[in-house]
Amino acid sequence: MSIQELAGTPGALGEPLPRLEGHAKVTGAARYAAEHTPSGTLYGWPVQATVGRGRIRSIDVEAAEAFPGVRLVITSANALRLADAGDGELLVLQSDRVAYRRQVVALVVAETAEEAREAAAALVVRYADEAPDSLLSTTQPALYAPEKVNAGFATDSEQGYVDAALATAAHTVDVEYATPALFNNPMEPHATVARLVGDRLEVIDSSQGTSAVKASLATLFDRDPESIRVRAEHVGGGFGSKGSPRPCVVLATMAALMLPGTPVKVVYTRQMMFALAGYRTPTISRFRLGAGTDGRLTAISHQAYSQTSTVQEFAEQTAEVTRHVYAAPNRLTTHRVAALDVPTPRWMRAPGECPGMYALESAMDELAEATGIDPVELRILNEPSVDPESGLEFSSRHLVECLRRGAELFGWPERRRGGRPTDGAQGRGRFLTGAGVASSIYPAMTQVSGATVTALPEGRYEVGVNATDIGTGARTVLLQIAADALGVPAETVVIRIADSDLPKASVAGGSSGTASWGWAVTKACTRLRAQLDQGAPLPPEGLSVTVDTTEEVGAMAERARFAFGAQFAEVRVDLDSGEIAVTRMTGVFAAGRILNPRTARSQFLGAMTMGISMALHENGELDARFGDYANHDLAGYHVAVSADVPAIEVVWLPEHDDALAPMGGKGIGEIGIVGAAAAVGNAVHDATGIRVRSLPIQPDSLLGELAQRGR
Amino acid sequence: MKTFDYLRPADAREAVAALAAHPEARLLSGGTNLVDLMKLGVERPELVVDVNRVDFGGIEAQPDGGLLIGAGVRNSELAADLLVRTRYPVVARALLSAASGQLRNMASTGGNLLQRTRCTYFMDTTKPCNKREPGTGCPAHAGLSRELGILGVSDACIATHPGDFAVALAALDAEIRFETSDGPGSLPIEEFYRLPGEHPERDTTLPAGAVITGVRIPGLPYGAVSTYRKARDRRSYAFGLATVAAAIDVEDGRVRDVRIALGGVAHKPWRARRAEELLIGGAAMREQFERAAAAELAQATPTEQNAFKVGLAERLIVGVLTELTELRDETEPPESTDTTAPTGPTTGDDA
Repeated sequence: MSIQELAGTPGALGEPLPRLEGHAKVTGAARYAAEHTPSGTLYGWPVQATVGRGRIRSIDVEAAEAFPGVRLVITSANALRLADAGDGELLVLQSDRVAYRRQVVALVVAETAEEAREAAAALVVRYADEAPDSLLSTTQPALYAPEKVNAGFATDSEQGYVDAALATAAHTVDVEYATPALFNNPMEPHATVARLVGDRLEVIDSSQGTSAVKASLATLFDRDPESIRVRAEHVGGGFGSKGSPRPCVVLATMAALMLPGTPVKVVYTRQMMFALAGYRTPTISRFRLGAGTDGRLTAISHQAYSQTSTVQEFAEQTAEVTRHVYAAPNRLTTHRVAALDVPTPRWMRAPGECPGMYALESAMDELAEATGIDPVELRILNEPSVDPESGLEFSSRHLVECLRRGAELFGWPERRRGGRPTDGAQGRGRFLTGAGVASSIYPAMTQVSGATVTALPEGRYEVGVNATDIGTGARTVLLQIAADALGVPAETVVIRIADSDLPKASVAGGSSGTASWGWAVTKACTRLRAQLDQGAPLPPEGLSVTVDTTEEVGAMAERARFAFGAQFAEVRVDLDSGEIAVTRMTGVFAAGRILNPRTARSQFLGAMTMGISMALHENGELDARFGDYANHDLAGYHVAVSADVPAIEVVWLPEHDDALAPMGGKGIGEIGIVGAAAAVGNAVHDATGIRVRSLPIQPDSLLGELAQRGR
Repeated sequence: MKTFDYLRPADAREAVAALAAHPEARLLSGGTNLVDLMKLGVERPELVVDVNRVDFGGIEAQPDGGLLIGAGVRNSELAADLLVRTRYPVVARALLSAASGQLRNMASTGGNLLQRTRCTYFMDTTKPCNKREPGTGCPAHAGLSRELGILGVSDACIATHPGDFAVALAALDAEIRFETSDGPGSLPIEEFYRLPGEHPERDTTLPAGAVITGVRIPGLPYGAVSTYRKARDRRSYAFGLATVAAAIDVEDGRVRDVRIALGGVAHKPWRARRAEELLIGGAAMREQFERAAAAELAQATPTEQNAFKVGLAERLIVGVLTELTELRDETEPPESTDTTAPTGPTTGDDA
């Protein structure tokens, strides 16, 4: 479906309305959190631990305090006492314990950022240090079974008898797949500006959800929530790392409360983000698959291992996704997590689904090889009729259609090489090419949100919803939703978002924002429209309706709700170097109604690009002796650059689903990264015959094997 | 950031005088490495001497067919120069394979030669490093060494020279020219860079207080048959895992002369003399290339993490010589729609 094929009024739902703030962003007029500098702003610089584990013996603050411009040095000795708001990472400067290298041990506040930085460097911290324990493995003694895993899912699940089924299966696969620590690295570093004005706390934060920041600050500092206002008008990406409050907002707020009336700004450096912003845990997935001679799965077992810190449990739900993808009578999923001396992992684009599907879809490729069945056909063979885990009906599921359409567009299976070299002049072609496929899946979630709408004189409308636009186009699509529900042209509607003074709303996370906020906006606008249509008088200050969707979300029918997709990748391997390039990629998705094709395409495209990056580039390199990720900047931690990304074809299938929020769309922010790395890895196998079971796939993943095979 | 004094001399003599008066001062040219190191606290100069106003001259053709390049010529300008592109494609390709377009617009000929290693331990002041703080030890040997050296390494240091330009210059026997308080001087590039030995804190043999004024590349009649290949973890803005600069002169199927230098594998651009000796006078055929490459890399002492570089460097040498002697069809696979394929000397991978 192309943009040109769509017809209708400009700005209506389903139309490719450009981002409302696009011009402001590209001209630099849009201000991000760090760009707010009220008069008299002071700068806070976090001081980070230089040991991997231990205790602070002493901090000599005098030298730092003597620096020009320094106004305050906060350590655990003078820090405000904080109450637990459910995240140990937010309990900053509360004790002398060092739980991981680069944890915050002090905050230096000065008149300029440069002064604060230099004084922070001069702060003398003495430690009683201990050897950190920071390396995850499947035999790590610190592994345990958490009570539940991220998003509240069950730690383990079991149906039937996996071991018995595997013992009698015609074909089996028993493999381990590993992903490294991955860092979100949004373009905009985390930043906060906080100020106490009278007894009102004003906060500008780089956040994916200000309602949650407000609630956390109220608990942490024991303040009336209504005395706190948090705003996040423009956010330069988050990928989950801004989905919950991070230490910077607590540090800035603490300093602002200790210096009443003075604005305090804390901005992370890129390097700080590698310890203080959250990241995707490394994962290890052991997969055991059993299938009959017909290729039908008889057993699926996914045992997942991940890490957390000693200050806060975060258990990535790596194996949860495996409960919903393919049918098999005997099923086992488990999660074990090790609390190590590392920063706390957190959400990163499709937590759980992303590493889990990398492993599942790679293992499925191995099963395809073992059974001799085409990988697309193998997936279609194992399509379940209901959700394998719950037995619930799917609200809609078009994975098979995505696979078939993708195969047709991509040229599958003609593109498969099976490891045959390309021809060269003397039979010594320099390149190998290959193609791979993987399925994509992501839950379609809806959360309770509030919204308010006001009809103003002269046919204008103002909509307020505490959504955040982290670069996705949320503001724009919400305007389209409002205009549609009001039955008015988009240009008559003004939209306000990202302000905790608005009715409480859910976070920009879990690909649930548009559905959750949009439902509240739809409800408010529909009610207002009805009132106006019934002749309600319009007072000069306007007529307002404020709603929330507690009732509607609670009344949703029991269904398994997921978006699906299929991704195809073609790679080229250079035999002179082992370098791998993705040369083509096609993604086909079925995600309900697409509400804005322009911004939707960006989401799929960006996430698939991030999947290429995960497959070939991104790698948090742990030095276990020091307990830190040593390549903590964008020169050392590689993300894909433009030259790494080929033309990516993004297609979506028309999908009608009545069991969703009234706009009929499923979330699309995350599904594009799910399966992408597996498609690339499977293509590398097709090109080389080499199975690389640990990401990223780099020249050294291939060179040894290539040499052994005389290539 | 630490405060520092700032001086902007008008000519090389003033710059030399400033360095003589302040031995701990640092020269600022493009600033693409020094400024980073200052932010990281690796460099903490009291005085920064900005030589961007100094006129070191442009790109001049020499009577011997060579080139003289002023120290202030920017990498992007040098890579785009017609003389450079026709006489030494290896130089243009090396430059264009480095960094990003923005960085190449800033980075200068002289400054590029003096960039420091990107070893993660060198860049992190909270960890030991013999290069940054002599005597503190080298955590890289048993640590993150995947990108570090395999040739000419020492117990004290396995850092690599990170550049590409200098590798091309090493293949071309370039000469580094400088000014000191005692007058002008020059060093052949092979003597200019040094192996770490017991003193990894010293990257070069450039005399203390010297200011690089330019680079002379001697004439090389077969310089037009040269190229640069860089293996890396992403296709732009990444340091080389291993790189090869090579030029070859083949007549009647025999190698009359050949130049090979390796990057990303040693504390200096590594001139592959053993391989060259084995190749000269022999047949220009793949088996010979393989033999020569293996002989050169037989000297390698890698770590477990970077052992792959041995085979990688061998493959690259063979691949580059094969390409230069046109023994192989370099055509891209027909089904590929990739637009960042290996290109001619006029366009870089980032262009």
